[in-house]
Amino acid sequence: MTEAGVTIEAAGAAGGGSVVRFAGPMLAADVSALRDRLRALPDGPVTLDLGKAGEIDTAGAWLVVTLRRRLAAEGIEARVEGANPKQALIIETVEKALPTAEDRPRPTNAFVDWVATIGAKVHDFGIGAVEMTGFGGQIVACFLATLARPWRLRITALVHHMQDVGLNAAPIVALMAFLIGVVLAFMGAVQLRQFGAEVFVIDLIAITLLRELGILMTAIVVAGRSASAYTAAIGSMKLREEIDAMRTLSLDPIETLVLPRVLALVLMLPLLGFLANITGLVGGGLMAWAELGISPALFVARLQDAGDAWTFLTGMIKAPFFAAIIGLVGCYEGMKVEKSAESLGTRTSDSVVISIFLIIVLDAAFAVFFMEVGV
Amino acid sequence: MSDAPTEAPAAASGREAVIRVRGLVTRFGPAVIHDGLDLDVWRGEVLGVVGGSGTGKSVLLREIVGLLRPAEGSIEVFGVDMLHADAARRREVETRWGVMFQDGALFSSLTVRENVEAPMRIMAHIEPDLRRALAELKVALVGLPPDANDKYPADLSGGMKKRAGLARAMALDPEILFLDEPTAGLDPIGASAFDDLIRSLQQALGITVFLVTHDLDTLHATCDRVAVLAEKRVLVTGTMADMLEVDHPWVHEYFHGPRARAALASAGD
Repeated sequence: MTEAGVTIEAAGAAGGGSVVRFAGPMLAADVSALRDRLRALPDGPVTLDLGKAGEIDTAGAWLVVTLRRRLAAEGIEARVEGANPKQALIIETVEKALPTAEDRPRPTNAFVDWVATIGAKVHDFGIGAVEMTGFGGQIVACFLATLARPWRLRITALVHHMQDVGLNAAPIVALMAFLIGVVLAFMGAVQLRQFGAEVFVIDLIAITLLRELGILMTAIVVAGRSASAYTAAIGSMKLREEIDAMRTLSLDPIETLVLPRVLALVLMLPLLGFLANITGLVGGGLMAWAELGISPALFVARLQDAGDAWTFLTGMIKAPFFAAIIGLVGCYEGMKVEKSAESLGTRTSDSVVISIFLIIVLDAAFAVFFMEVGV
Repeated sequence: MSDAPTEAPAAASGREAVIRVRGLVTRFGPAVIHDGLDLDVWRGEVLGVVGGSGTGKSVLLREIVGLLRPAEGSIEVFGVDMLHADAARRREVETRWGVMFQDGALFSSLTVRENVEAPMRIMAHIEPDLRRALAELKVALVGLPPDANDKYPADLSGGMKKRAGLARAMALDPEILFLDEPTAGLDPIGASAFDDLIRSLQQALGITVFLVTHDLDTLHATCDRVAVLAEKRVLVTGTMADMLEVDHPWVHEYFHGPRARAALASAGD
């Protein structure tokens, strides 16, 4: 097989301009080298001689066509000679297909693009917030309508999701809360021992766990588990047009898919939170016993003094709100999935991030509220 | 690229078989799909493979391109025994064909241009800007507008996806193009435009096309030769005119049904 090559003959005494002679194959693999040799050409009219050129493919034809166009832009006429019919046909096909400079989308300014991207993001954020609020309103409306006609509630789906987000999450939630109790007791003991106030470690555990951490950590674990699962499940139904099919069958996707999921969370998250509170206290109590020698009897007695019913209730009140946020965000992001697997992935990770973020924001708002009302 | 030995014995007409399938047997569990199937595809022709649902047209295509392994038989492409050749040899042959799947099978996380560039990445010495330019050329060759380059597959219509799939199949200037149901799911105008596109590209670039289809209009408009899959083998091959003479119930039904007559009538215009 001959080596791909090109020779450039400058304009001879005979006139007629310079000649570019191609030799050997002009395939995609050769074009790179050929192109480098053709960067600089002598002035004056040019003839492209394909007489010795071998096999040519669209890449080789592209080289000829773009060279001819480049020269034409400089006002130099370039003729193609010696091409056999097969080569000529390929060059002609490429010539016809290749868009001219005017057809190409105009190159854009990188800075303008950057500003436009930021603008689009802000705009999308605003739209998203409004839409999510609207979606929340739809869920509430659907819930109220279901209260009026309770037989419309999808009991099977509700129970299925309650098992999925509640019962199946119990082991991981219990383990997590137990460890948090242990860590709290240990850290508290180390610090409070310096003041000889070891026994207050029980107050520390009780108030931190019951008011804040028990419910908050449960909500975060459930957000990671269930918001993503909701988005993925509803999103893949959206991808396969199942949601559209439901609408044409006059099945309301909110009623059939969203409401059972959100209700399941609202019912189960307080129970999971309660479980977290108890296992957290058990973990803290065991650690206090082992590290500080506080007996379980003393722990329980001290626990009753440490907080009143409100200490427990301020935590539990938050649970249904957190649950509603997880359900809302998970289902909303699922409904927003469109067309591609890529979008499903982005929406799923978004749903976890957004729901955890909103949970923490809401928790802060609750803290301020409870402080103002004095409980 | 070195030429693969093409010692395949030419038929009486002196044609060179780029694909030779002999004695192919395919089983899925107890179900026998192909039983002793023979097929030749000549260089530079457009071969249309037709057959009823479940006769294994797509299975045959997938076996030739190496996605499925037949139970028995031999498959030679460019004279290379694809079932026994080593990996390097097979890869060399694989760069000389392109496959277009039914829905384009575009990578959804890449733009159209990146999809077309993907197969070009195996070519070592080709600069990114040149690869980009060649990818844009392929996109233009299949008749997509320049602004389609930066779109994602999800933003394309069904017809545009098929064109983008064709552009990716042609990324390496293949000698054989495998098309699985190229016009399925297109409206008649889009399907006819796609037929013309295949025909014109095939003629301009001298590609051999192996085409699986249900579409009688596509058979009329693009195919030089038709192979009918029935009774677990290639029942008959020949031109469209030959098909009308075949005395087999399914073939007769297929090429003499009302749709076939309509396609014939319009082809005669």
